[in-house]
Amino acid sequence: MYNAKYIIPGIIFFLALAFVPVVYNMGHKFEVTPELPRDQKDCVLPTQEMRDKHMQLLNEWRNEAVRDGSRIFVNAKGQKYVKSLTNTCMSCHPDKAKFCDRCHDTVGVAPYCWDCHNLTPDQKSPIPPVAQAATGGH
Amino acid sequence: MKSNRREFLKLAAVSAMGIGAARLGFLGDAPAFAESVPTVANFEEGLKAKHWGMAIFTAKMTPELNAKCRKACHTEHNVPDIAGPKEIKWFWGANYEETFPTEHGHYLSEEIEHRQFPLLCNQCEAPMCVKVCPTQATFQRPDGIVMMDFHRCIGCRYCMAGCPFGARSFNFQDPRPFIKSFNPLFPTRMRGVVEKCNFCAERLAIGKLPVCVEAAEGALVFGDLSDEQSDIRKALREHFAIRRKPDAGTSPSVYYIL
Repeated sequence: MYNAKYIIPGIIFFLALAFVPVVYNMGHKFEVTPELPRDQKDCVLPTQEMRDKHMQLLNEWRNEAVRDGSRIFVNAKGQKYVKSLTNTCMSCHPDKAKFCDRCHDTVGVAPYCWDCHNLTPDQKSPIPPVAQAATGGH
Repeated sequence: MKSNRREFLKLAAVSAMGIGAARLGFLGDAPAFAESVPTVANFEEGLKAKHWGMAIFTAKMTPELNAKCRKACHTEHNVPDIAGPKEIKWFWGANYEETFPTEHGHYLSEEIEHRQFPLLCNQCEAPMCVKVCPTQATFQRPDGIVMMDFHRCIGCRYCMAGCPFGARSFNFQDPRPFIKSFNPLFPTRMRGVVEKCNFCAERLAIGKLPVCVEAAEGALVFGDLSDEQSDIRKALREHFAIRRKPDAGTSPSVYYIL
């Protein structure tokens, strides 16, 4: 191999650089704990399912509620809920900062729900405008 | 008290916390809006029809009553209060000439000429806005309501060019700072989205009549146009009514009884 004395250390240096995040986080457990409501035991779906698929569920809800006019959600246990982000989800999880944002900030996603939707059903006035960057550039 | 750097920093920190807390004032715990959150039971009592329509007793609609309906509608739907060409309107009013430009009403009675006619989205049977919408953000429900899915609107404003009635408004800016009376149960809109009257689809779903109809003290009749026994068909049977710009070919569902 030509120039092995440059190439091999170069490759080693590159690999070391590439694995820095892996090594740095080794032993650290990745866990985010959003604040859950104390007076409620069950969400509309089991916790694990909500954790994995709440975005798909919300997407289905919005299409069904707005486009098909089907506004009642029935889960596997037969319990009925109103398909509404602010009026259903945020009634139980009233603090967006301690619930939604904990995970979203950690994993670096900025959903644009709150550009239009209100934070809770008993909010007093519209959400004040924030700097463009804080909304994820929308 | 000796004012040194340490004291100043303490004071600055407390003031900053105060300002921070004031910014969160919108998260109050006392609801400003009297309505309660609709429940599943409310949604099970939703009103259904084959073709929703409205008849307007224009003689009963005084400018004051018109303003009352406008306020009720704009409060219910968080419509921002912006003056000038960027105005957002779901419910408004105009004189005869503006309302019925194709009627060419010469030598009208003065009362009719100066009467203020309430205007809103006509919920057309053949809506132009639905045909031109490239994302199907505006669509027609099976019950005739021309509905908007704000999630899908890309703000191209084709619908505004298509609508013969000027019933659509564009959010040139973030509407939230301009919302005077706020309803937390209905979403607001964002910059770059078109909006219009939705015949209170969210209220029909919980078994209530549109908010303008409730506010209008009988001057607005709302009901199923395909049900012969309905109040609206009775009103149309007994009174002469016209629709706006029939030659635009969109067949409005809003009838004006003169």
